Amino acid sequence: MTAIAERLDARGMNCPLPILRTRKAINQLAAGQLLEVTATDPGSLKDMEAFCNQTGNRLLSSNEAGNCFIFLIEKA
Amino acid sequence: MTNATDNTLDNDRLDTWMNRRLDELLPKKIAEIEASRTPSMSIIATKGTLDWAYPPFILASTAAALGWEVDMFFTFYGLLLLKKDLDAEVSPLGNPAMPMKMPFGPKWFQDYSWPMPNLLMAGVPGFEKLATGLMKKTFMNKGVATVEELRSLCLEADVRMVACQMTVDVFGFDNSDFIPEVTDYVGATSFLPVARKSDVCLFI
Repeated sequence: MTAIAERLDARGMNCPLPILRTRKAINQLAAGQLLEVTATDPGSLKDMEAFCNQTGNRLLSSNEAGNCFIFLIEKA
Repeated sequence: MTNATDNTLDNDRLDTWMNRRLDELLPKKIAEIEASRTPSMSIIATKGTLDWAYPPFILASTAAALGWEVDMFFTFYGLLLLKKDLDAEVSPLGNPAMPMKMPFGPKWFQDYSWPMPNLLMAGVPGFEKLATGLMKKTFMNKGVATVEELRSLCLEADVRMVACQMTVDVFGFDNSDFIPEVTDYVGATSFLPVARKSDVCLFI
């Protein structure tokens, strides 16, 4: 498994900030690199999925841990 | 005579064959074209109060994050959203569905919507400042970006912003009142062709 290249802490942020910050972080990565995003916005569960569908990046996993949502995204 | 009949037969068969091939090939081709195309959105922003400042900038920044091309046209009170010093305020007056929220205290207290009679909002000096302060604080507590932040995020993501020249003149603004990122001062004639080609067009 590829190591996580970048971690983004989007806790406490509300729509649309988690997505905007994710976009920014992904832009810094090379294709195939992994980004882990931690968010507390319950809307991010659906939004992150839609974001990845739209942008072609791969949502490898989406988990709930305590009050947080953790997403693993592979840059396309 | 025989030849003509043969030709007709050939044509019929050719048509049938072509229709069948098109049915097979077209959906894939259309999907390919659709996938390679950059979606676009255009927004016409016409309101300048704090509550109305959020929707255009939230939608524009999100669309840009999705990789869409975004054009914004600011006209009438929407022009205020382009000012260098963004001082948008919210007016509870004539905003009957607006819930008044307190940004402090226990959760039940914060979640409670305070019934504010319109008369109070209209009559008490400084009420708009108070309502604006409460709204800004509530939004901040909930982790929502400020309008200024959202606007800069839009600009960073290459969202194009143009202002309506006619309303700039009517309201007596000067181009120097606005952020330098405003790419153009134009009329509806220039913006409509942009809006026509966009996949999503919103009037806010």
